[in-house]
Amino acid sequence: MHTPRPSTEPLPRDAKEFRPLTGNEAIARGAWEAGVRVAAAYPGTPSTEILENLATYPVEDLHAQWSTNEKVALDVAIGASFTGARALASMKHVGLNVAADAFMTATYIGVNGGLVLTVCDDPGIHSSQNEQDSRLYAMLASVPVLEPSDAQEALDYTKLAFEISEQFDTPVIVRGTTRLSHTRSPVAVGERVVPPPRGFVEKPSKNVMIPAHARARHLVVLEREERLKEYFATSPLNSCEIADTSFGIVTAGTCYPYVREVLPEASVLKLGASWPLSEKLLRDFCETVDRIFVVEELEPVIEKEIAALGFAVSGKSLFPRAGEFSPEVVRAGFVKAGLLPPQPVSNGWTPELVIRPPVLCAGCPHTSSFLAVRAAGARVAGDIGCYTLGCLDPLRGLDTCVAMGSSIGNAIGMSKAGETKPIVATIGDSTFLHAGLPALIDAVYNQANIAVMLLDNHITAMTGGQEHPGTGKTLRGEPAPQIDYAALIRAIGVKWVRTVDSYDLAATQQALREAIAYRGVAVLISNRPCVLDPVKIKGPPLEIVTGQCTACQSCMNLGCPALTWSDQWFEGRHRVKIDPALCIGCTLCAQVCTIDCIKIAAPVTP
Amino acid sequence: MSETSIDAAPAVAPSAAKPPFNVLIVGVGGQGVIMVSKVLAALAQWRGFEVKQSEVHGMAKRGGSVFSHVRFGKRVWSPTIAKGEADVLVALEWAEGLRWLPFLKPDTGIFICDTKRIVPPFACLNRTPGAPMRYSRETADEVASYVAEGYAIDATTMAEELGNERAANVVLLGALSNALDFPVADWETTVADFVPKKTVAVNLEAFRLGRTWVAEARAPAADVPLVHAPVAASYAPRLEINADWCKSCDICVKLCPERCLKLNAERVAELAAPEKCTGCRLCEWLCPDFAIRVHLDPQAGAEGTAR
Repeated sequence: MHTPRPSTEPLPRDAKEFRPLTGNEAIARGAWEAGVRVAAAYPGTPSTEILENLATYPVEDLHAQWSTNEKVALDVAIGASFTGARALASMKHVGLNVAADAFMTATYIGVNGGLVLTVCDDPGIHSSQNEQDSRLYAMLASVPVLEPSDAQEALDYTKLAFEISEQFDTPVIVRGTTRLSHTRSPVAVGERVVPPPRGFVEKPSKNVMIPAHARARHLVVLEREERLKEYFATSPLNSCEIADTSFGIVTAGTCYPYVREVLPEASVLKLGASWPLSEKLLRDFCETVDRIFVVEELEPVIEKEIAALGFAVSGKSLFPRAGEFSPEVVRAGFVKAGLLPPQPVSNGWTPELVIRPPVLCAGCPHTSSFLAVRAAGARVAGDIGCYTLGCLDPLRGLDTCVAMGSSIGNAIGMSKAGETKPIVATIGDSTFLHAGLPALIDAVYNQANIAVMLLDNHITAMTGGQEHPGTGKTLRGEPAPQIDYAALIRAIGVKWVRTVDSYDLAATQQALREAIAYRGVAVLISNRPCVLDPVKIKGPPLEIVTGQCTACQSCMNLGCPALTWSDQWFEGRHRVKIDPALCIGCTLCAQVCTIDCIKIAAPVTP
Repeated sequence: MSETSIDAAPAVAPSAAKPPFNVLIVGVGGQGVIMVSKVLAALAQWRGFEVKQSEVHGMAKRGGSVFSHVRFGKRVWSPTIAKGEADVLVALEWAEGLRWLPFLKPDTGIFICDTKRIVPPFACLNRTPGAPMRYSRETADEVASYVAEGYAIDATTMAEELGNERAANVVLLGALSNALDFPVADWETTVADFVPKKTVAVNLEAFRLGRTWVAEARAPAADVPLVHAPVAASYAPRLEINADWCKSCDICVKLCPERCLKLNAERVAELAAPEKCTGCRLCEWLCPDFAIRVHLDPQAGAEGTAR
């Protein structure tokens, strides 16, 4: 936010009325302005900041919480809606898979207080395991989808979503994408208006989904979809900009700015509500123009609806079904269609690019866990978190990664199918609480012979350091009861539970070997806090004793970003050096150094 | 840089036909890319422009490549800059600057790049004797021929000399300020707004240093020294394994970085994939029974080529 400042120039007219907000900040602001009372989420890129921002509003205004997973988050929001409060559940696209069970029935029940799901898709898979299109869930559930194209619309549509939810007795999805979530643009903000309380409505035929009630409610849902189509046919959410009628473009959400960038003057039907689609709205536009194009990221949802009306339409034949769009992608499609001339723009630069994937941080406690797993020669079922990066060179410690909590279930399957290598499941603390616990109970119940390595770094690290039930703090930083993992795991019947210090490589390797040797379910808790969150850890850096390094590259097997090659050579190989600015002094490299030439650079001050 | 400046005062805002001004800021996670783009975006908005600033975070903290698009003008549609359309490319790290070079406007684009090198662990994985580091080898002179206007600044050292290495991004911001005709007072107020209170003085100094550096150094900076010294004799590794001393402990097999050892039918260590062995000696160092010796036989042939 901009603070007024002295300037030699006259003040611009509107600067103070607009705030530069990201899409996520705008969604949070919109929910707050709409009078949301309860908001819940599990962190997931790119949606994480929505709840983090809601938690910055006064505690008297709303309850905001991290839930253990997205289904719990949605159930919390549904519960709040039952009581008549406006409620929001926020998640990334794959989070909706987890919440889908509750979602598919919540649509039958409808709402009392407005119920909004903000679902952030990740076209281009910047930080996810797939790029599924959440609109398909909306089709399945007959739930309306609003798609903002910038931060201002993110705020406006979120507010409107609560109105639509209550007016049509339906949950509403506000669908964003990574690009919307993380783009900052000017937003005019408003005031918070809390609707009068509604109170719980005791109506079992609507609130209790037994077969007899559900059959009737399904018909209500179908009828509701028709009413929503009528509403969207005339709603200003969907805008028709007619100019030249030789061709027209139907688009929605973050694709709209790309279309305008490439074809500023074209006729466009911009769908702010991308589901359900009004046949009348589509038909009117398609009959006005000679050629019809649909520009939509991921699945051909709009294109298929238009084709079903009998119009010839070009969409996925020009614009890819996979990956994120950009002005280049949209331009290339219209070049292919013959509407734009090819644009050769290049300075002829074709260098060999430096490969720079995200890596585990210097001093990351996961590093030793994967060194131990690798030394054990195990088949490793991985999971989702920073430690998924352990699959990359040089650790190469992970064989599989499917979805949140999958590692333990996958390991059970591997053991039951007769995999001959020892089987290890690696799972982070937050992921374990999210979806790993039922799988661990399954492993005990079905007496699987697996070792589970619980990588406890005391935080949800990958998404930027969020609290969870194991950290002892809430979203707002208040103290909370803290999970005792060893007690929890023993309570579900695991007999072999041990905790090791992740920074003690020998102990970790020894303990893992024993865990693997144990017949049955063994859980090894590898315990060290994340070096970035909640506090940035920085100890005295290590250094390599000059002239002693034999360039064996043993330490380079850690993949530690603080270790690089120096300009010195030994037997044809680079000797290694340590960047003191990055090194946090975890000592892992010293523990693997074959000739013991890595020492603390400066004496520790007493 | 005066001919690349834009109409800044809101009274003479760019016409609808004038495309937005595009600045691409790139670097490595943790360098302060986002801070640079936030300062620019806030200032441009303060000057009355519509601004869009777009980045992708999430994995950024993990040392990956980070980029932020800033576009401002009368009307801005796309939040991202298309290839070949950046007016200025500001790079906080040398190889990242080169990675994004195709995004610069071929005829007028300005390249402002710190000569700071952050070598990723991936660049140092090849254990073969004589193997080069996988990092950009281009010199500043070579790069200069591809850009309309280029500045290779040792901003990190400049910031270090001021006493705060982390102010390198503000040195580059100072350099960037020459490309735009926003009043210097507005730049400095905005910088002061966005840096920690304790570091305002050093950051303002860094900003002025970057600003005057470009004004004075109108030609590309002195050549960037190469990190590569790929001069090494060539070796052919050969393993001598004493079967009598080997007790099948498996340590060498499990810890070989190339995974080229295995236990044979007699449960004695054996080099199963000699073509993968780089002669790193880890097995020799780690064998508790001194059963392995690694010989590096000098090999005929050109320098720097292994086997």
